[in-house]
Amino acid sequence: MTVVITEINIQQTLESMAAEIRQTLAGKQPLLIGVHSGGVWIAKELAKILGSEFFDGNLGTLNIAYYRDDFTRIGMHPQVTPSDLPFSVEDRHLLLIDDVLYSGRTIRAALNEIFDYGRPASVTLAVLIERNGRELPIQADIIGHTLELTAEQQVKLCNTNGLQLELKIKEVQHD
Amino acid sequence: MTNNQLTESGRLKHFLTIEGLKRDLLTDIMDHAEQFSSLSGRQVKKVPLLRGKTIMNLFFENSTRTRTTFELAAKRLSADVLNLNINTSATSKGESLLDTLHNLQAMHADMFVVRHNKSGAAEFIAQHVAPHVSVINAGDGCHAHPTQAMLDMFTIRRHKQHFPDLCVAIVGDVLHSRVARSQIQALATLGVGEVRIIGPQTLLPADSQTLGVHVYHDMEKGLKDVDVIITLRLQIERMQGALLPSPQEYYESYGLTEEKLKLAKPDAIVMHPGPINRGVEIASSIADGPQSVILEQVTHGIAVRMAVMSMVLGSQSEQQDDST
Repeated sequence: MTVVITEINIQQTLESMAAEIRQTLAGKQPLLIGVHSGGVWIAKELAKILGSEFFDGNLGTLNIAYYRDDFTRIGMHPQVTPSDLPFSVEDRHLLLIDDVLYSGRTIRAALNEIFDYGRPASVTLAVLIERNGRELPIQADIIGHTLELTAEQQVKLCNTNGLQLELKIKEVQHD
Repeated sequence: MTNNQLTESGRLKHFLTIEGLKRDLLTDIMDHAEQFSSLSGRQVKKVPLLRGKTIMNLFFENSTRTRTTFELAAKRLSADVLNLNINTSATSKGESLLDTLHNLQAMHADMFVVRHNKSGAAEFIAQHVAPHVSVINAGDGCHAHPTQAMLDMFTIRRHKQHFPDLCVAIVGDVLHSRVARSQIQALATLGVGEVRIIGPQTLLPADSQTLGVHVYHDMEKGLKDVDVIITLRLQIERMQGALLPSPQEYYESYGLTEEKLKLAKPDAIVMHPGPINRGVEIASSIADGPQSVILEQVTHGIAVRMAVMSMVLGSQSEQQDDST
């Protein structure tokens, strides 16, 4: 069963996140990096609000497919756009952006990938939704909304008619 | 051949030949290769995808380009890779091929990359390895060289958008060429408009007609308006008897010269799987010229082999799922 979460106004949330980003990273000329695919949508929206004079330059995108920890379980993932960081991350302040922070495994993979491009001065994590269920010691610095969900509930950002959040409730499997 | 290189759900378990593979799978290989080639712009060119896997390069026949690009591909995927030059190792002390294999398997190999001068060698090995081990054919006799064919397809795709619109000419020693055989199968699978083979009667296979290609013995006619020219190396080491007059005479008839290149489309690309015999198969000025993509082929070899290795080892996940 899937329902659209209407209680959260995404545009307003993004604006308040942008305000917090401005404070946290003032004067640091951060580079914005979105994680495919939801994180890239959020990063683009934040970039619009923040304005190019704040974050200086192009938007980077990360595809963590080669850094996932489930290769030996599920093999190669289907085709996705490759990572594209059109700048040097060396000694720069990075703002890493994702849609939902859940287990923390995606961010672990993203951090590993970033360090294969160089050594940033710092990495700040911004997420639209932070939910419970962390499996790694990873926390976000800038959070749009926090949700308390059960293990059967899954929250997903969709981008068909503009950005919207969908709450999916997994059917309980009877084997 | 029944497709024993695929898993039950159609994923690549071994990569032995292009024959019998579907277009989608060949396209998948090229799409993955496209992603892997984007890594070359990074500071660290490695990804941790195959960390902890052990890949053994079993080369029963000499190779520089293929072995080194396989080695580099494995290393870029963070696998541990061993190069075994079998001519100088155990088999020369009388150990049988299967004993050698079983010993290497006992060292927990996950993949064998095999080159052998006997056709069918890679398939034989694939039939005898443990279920969790994958085999990639890096060239077997005159039979197949599927990763070379795929890096050639990838190179063509990088330059020419749409396979059905293309006319591709393969020039030279098609008879002894496992590369040509695999290329012809790949080009057909990808739906290339027209494939021509050009060479003297003695160097073209007797069953040319059944390959679905157009046969030419005359370069002037064969090269007319083609989009891609693939020149092949004369495989002197595999020739038995007097198949060739002399390298000079061969060059005059079938060597790719500036003059003959003008017959192809102005934007035609020139390829060669290497090693090149300059002044025999191809003029130096063309090999080093603006239409040559020969060194690009070498570069693309790494990304394509990364794609094949990760797809093949990724399919093992399915097997583990089946067993639990």
